Amino acid sequence: MKRRKVTAALLALGLTGVAAACGGSDGGGDADAAAQAKGEITVWLSNNAEEVAWGKQMVAAWNAAHPEEKVTAQEIPTGKSSEEVIGAAITAGNAPCLIFNTSPASVSQFQKQGGLVALDGFDGGKEYVESRTGKVAEQYRSTDGKYYQLPWKDNPVMIFYNKKAFAKAGIDTTKPPLATYDEFLATSRKLVAAKAAKFAIYPAPSNEFYQSWFDFYPLFAAESGGKQLVADGKAQFASDEGKKVAGFWRTMYADKLASQEKYTGDSFVDGTAAMAIVGPWAVATYKGKVEWGAVPVPTSAGKPANETYTFSDAKNVAMYSACKNRGTAWEVLKFATSKEQDGKLLEATGQMPLRDAVATAYPEYFQKNPDYQQFADQAARTVEVPNVPNSITIWQTFRDAYSKSVIFGQEDPGAALDGAVQKVDQLAKQS
Amino acid sequence: MSKRTGVLGKVLGKQPIGSLFVTPYVVFLAAVFAYPLGFAVYMSFHDYFFTAPGAIVERPFVGFENYATMLSDPAVRRSFVNVGIFLLINVPLTVVLSLLLAYALNGAVRWRGFFRVSYYVPYVTASVAVVGVWLFLFNSNGLVNSVLGPLAPDPSWLVNSNLAMPTVAIYVTWKQLGFFILLYLAALQNVSKDLYEAASMDGAGRIKSFWNVTVPGVRPATTLVVLLATVTGANLFTEPYLLTGGGGPDGASASPVLIMYQRGIEQGNPDIGAAIGVLLVVGVLILALVERRFVGREN
Repeated sequence: MKRRKVTAALLALGLTGVAAACGGSDGGGDADAAAQAKGEITVWLSNNAEEVAWGKQMVAAWNAAHPEEKVTAQEIPTGKSSEEVIGAAITAGNAPCLIFNTSPASVSQFQKQGGLVALDGFDGGKEYVESRTGKVAEQYRSTDGKYYQLPWKDNPVMIFYNKKAFAKAGIDTTKPPLATYDEFLATSRKLVAAKAAKFAIYPAPSNEFYQSWFDFYPLFAAESGGKQLVADGKAQFASDEGKKVAGFWRTMYADKLASQEKYTGDSFVDGTAAMAIVGPWAVATYKGKVEWGAVPVPTSAGKPANETYTFSDAKNVAMYSACKNRGTAWEVLKFATSKEQDGKLLEATGQMPLRDAVATAYPEYFQKNPDYQQFADQAARTVEVPNVPNSITIWQTFRDAYSKSVIFGQEDPGAALDGAVQKVDQLAKQS
Repeated sequence: MSKRTGVLGKVLGKQPIGSLFVTPYVVFLAAVFAYPLGFAVYMSFHDYFFTAPGAIVERPFVGFENYATMLSDPAVRRSFVNVGIFLLINVPLTVVLSLLLAYALNGAVRWRGFFRVSYYVPYVTASVAVVGVWLFLFNSNGLVNSVLGPLAPDPSWLVNSNLAMPTVAIYVTWKQLGFFILLYLAALQNVSKDLYEAASMDGAGRIKSFWNVTVPGVRPATTLVVLLATVTGANLFTEPYLLTGGGGPDGASASPVLIMYQRGIEQGNPDIGAAIGVLLVVGVLILALVERRFVGREN
């Protein structure tokens, strides 16, 4: 009897213990030698089909010119998120040299892990980052003053609208009234009342830390004239601008113009929502399915498009410390982010290279694809996630407060944002 | 065989060949269960975070600081309450339904094979594949609300703070039922027919003989079902993650393992994640011992 009790207890302990366990290791490496070293390297690309196609041609072009420094490209291994996979690879010491899918929100964490290589350490590294990116580069500088990521491409978030749904509701499809919160709400009510779509817009209402990048943050960037969530170690979201944005979204949820329920699939493509809040990467998925238009995100009083900021939804390139042949990796990084390769990326994916004056740098592309012109214009006014310690914890803290108050209405949104400020300030100060 | 003495003799016992046979499993247990669990305990008492090989960082001993941080976090506290609610619904429901269905399937019903397969299919189907069906059933415009009409809850099942976790519990019960029915079916084979005959001769009807013969007859299986349902339930992660998008609404369906994932993996605080894990292990251990005492007691 006693033995059976112990067995049962051990069974419980063992099975539960598996969930509680992880591990790390320690090793060594010579960074200075690695910075000069040349040879074969591996790079990871995102799982996006268009980006994979771009990556393959880029690697083929490099390999043709540098047979002694062969680059092998592969898609990032599957996981719950690419950040999780990269974090595990850093810990295991088997991260590739370059990852063309590094989320700026994760950079501070990867840096803390000792997983990233500062690009300033290479000859002309700092100058290269700043010359390719312009003044926006400042948003990507880490708190120690160094660059651990090369800004690569962004997807300025805008409001996409379904022209057919708008026409059905009797709303102008060329210049829809969506510039101010009042206009946006009135348009949304019209759409739902006319049964043009079940919901006016359908931002993901789930609780993942990054979901605020596609509801609150673009509108906050616009309303505040380009402020980040955290600036100078202080939370900015509980300002009047932040509360206005939260109030706007609260009305959208309270009036059932946006849904509180998780949606499986693409609500915009399915016609469940008449609008989407997303970047130009989605254009390819709408092709032949939705006749769309796009406008900047709304502000409380309305701002001209050329003064409206939004969230960048950028993905960058970073070099990882597991890399042995960093000399080659640095050259590949520069090759892959050259004007020529940026142009090929734009052509292949429709995503905006994170460079100064994209529209004038690739005039032929925008003549051929006028739909993308507005995204190029918008790309000049984007706000990145703040590059601060505990970035993801900060976003989760914010999301929890936002979700409880704005999406589910269980607390006053203003009070919820005020309540999250102290914790966010503490997190931003930690190293 | 000569009689062994000393430490080696004590370790290897009278039949050293037996030790040889169990070695692979002992190694497996040590590598997959004991070492990670020990390491998790170590992490929970240190300022620990994952680093690249070769990164030199301080990992000082911090005593119960991680536990204090964890317990002061309302999301963590709520997740333990949530999993408690889940277990209160899931475990009894699993025991009752799987026993009743196994009893029914053990009888001479038509289409017995079909029903057995039907109940087992959800268990062997990945949650990811089945979740879409449940979202279709339980969203505000889903089949369930259509049937309920004006009686449908508002907010709907998965976005209702009071109903999200019970809905997840019912989903998990349905999904795992096939496995537990199988355990009971095996146990029912061992209940002697003589006992049913004796009960029948004493004038016991179907319900009485079920209660007085079947239920005591499958008690060892019930103990196993309760323990397994508790342990797997305490490790709940996939279902709230998929059904309620990261533990919504407002953390009402967040489980401790989901919070562990958020804190430990997403947010890079494995020391906090490990502290949650250790607390969960201790909690489940206590629960398992209590269950063993009450469910597994002899008549």
